[in-house]
Amino acid sequence: MNEKTQPEDAVTVSAGQFDRSRRSLNIQREDIAVEVKDLDLFYGADQALKKINLKIPRNRVTAFIGPSGCGKSTLLRCFNRMNDLIDICKIDGQIIIDGQDIYSRDVDVAEHRRRVGMVFQKPNPFPKSIFENVAYGLRLQGVNNKRTLAEVVEKALRAAALWDEVKDRLQDNAFGLSGGQQQRLVIARAIAIEPEIILLDEPCSALDPISTAKVEELMIELKEKYTIVIVTHNMQQAARVSDFTAYMYLGELIEFDDTAKLFTNPARKATEDYITGRYG
Amino acid sequence: MEKYFDQHISRRFNEELEALRSHVMKMAGMTEEMLADAIAALVEGDTEKAEAVIAADDRVNLMEKQIDEEAMQILARRQPTASDLRLVMAIVKTVNDLERIGDEAEKIARLAIVLTETERPRNNYYELETMAGHVRTMLRDALDGFVRMVPEVAVSLFRADKKVDDEYEAILRQYYTYLAEEPRKTSRILNAIWIARSLERIGDHAKNIGEYIYYLVEGRDVRHIPTEQKEQALLEDGKD
Repeated sequence: MNEKTQPEDAVTVSAGQFDRSRRSLNIQREDIAVEVKDLDLFYGADQALKKINLKIPRNRVTAFIGPSGCGKSTLLRCFNRMNDLIDICKIDGQIIIDGQDIYSRDVDVAEHRRRVGMVFQKPNPFPKSIFENVAYGLRLQGVNNKRTLAEVVEKALRAAALWDEVKDRLQDNAFGLSGGQQQRLVIARAIAIEPEIILLDEPCSALDPISTAKVEELMIELKEKYTIVIVTHNMQQAARVSDFTAYMYLGELIEFDDTAKLFTNPARKATEDYITGRYG
Repeated sequence: MEKYFDQHISRRFNEELEALRSHVMKMAGMTEEMLADAIAALVEGDTEKAEAVIAADDRVNLMEKQIDEEAMQILARRQPTASDLRLVMAIVKTVNDLERIGDEAEKIARLAIVLTETERPRNNYYELETMAGHVRTMLRDALDGFVRMVPEVAVSLFRADKKVDDEYEAILRQYYTYLAEEPRKTSRILNAIWIARSLERIGDHAKNIGEYIYYLVEGRDVRHIPTEQKEQALLEDGKD
């Protein structure tokens, strides 16, 4: 092909709003949902996270990938202080959400977890009806108005792309749903209390490919209203759904970049080796 | 088949494939126009038109890069399989041929400019205009086949390409005779030969696109197999 000057009116592939040529992403301050600063985490004497620095963009899907034990789930759990439940866990550094360090003393953990919802690997509906599962968080907050509850439940189920499948059996037990439906129900439960950030820890690893595709599609729709952070073992899933990808290894953040860039032209050889299956 | 690529659960994947397809069609439309204008420039002795064709080639080249990038993103992020994978492969290959068609049209335009400086033949390059008409039909059929996903175009293009090859040979014989008879006009005749050569190449590229469509729809590679076998294979598949 002849290399010639490129005319001005040429269509170029959208590079998004982020400068691809940079190693670190250039994200405006107001576009940051979570900022991690010099985060170290120890389980007893073992250091699970080493000096993590990361800015997670608002209203985007960010994926954490890496081999087992790399610290990706640990990092995700830090975002809603799940690690508080582990006695031997010790944390240094800061995680800033909305200008506040979530590990400072004056943070109300219950209120914080309302703003940062979490969905786990295995769907964990409560042994209640579909309706009550979604309404649960609101009832905890003291909302008992029937009409309000019905409205919120419908809205959340619609947002989770589950409404059409369950609208005629809202009073049935949630355990009667398929795995994929249960996972979307759990996502609806998280959405019902209107969080700002939704954390998903391998949300599709127990689902079949069709349910997986539905949950993935859901994530892309949800990012319009929420910031989504997902941990996944399946790097193809990260490639499909995320806007940004972080590759972690042995507790360190190796590379964080635009997903399109990371999966076609990673900056670090370690990342390339992992995503091309040359790792180990 | 036409509406087949928009049925994925992932809406974004649908949109990406649709964008890829429409960009290829846009690029194809550009090359079609370049070919038509290059021949018009030759016949009408219109240097301005020829210059426009030369400029258009830059845009076609850029489209090639853009579409390659898009296809690469889809391969990296979607891991397409089966007909989706064949679509992406077929498009990457088609784009390569389209870019070459653009180059050939550009060559014709450049030669058309050179030829305005020499005395025009009495028939005003009628033989080249006729051959170009056949080649343009091939190109249009190929693109039409691509839009509608009809594998049968591979057969008709294969046959049309043979005819264009014969036509090329006939034009060459004719020009060789002129060369012997009128050595003064050697430079003009040689340039006309180059144009015929470019047209013949465009025919080859159109035929290639037909083969990619066949591969896309039927999942069978019909390139580089002996003529009789190929026709037989194409006809057999056409039956079922």
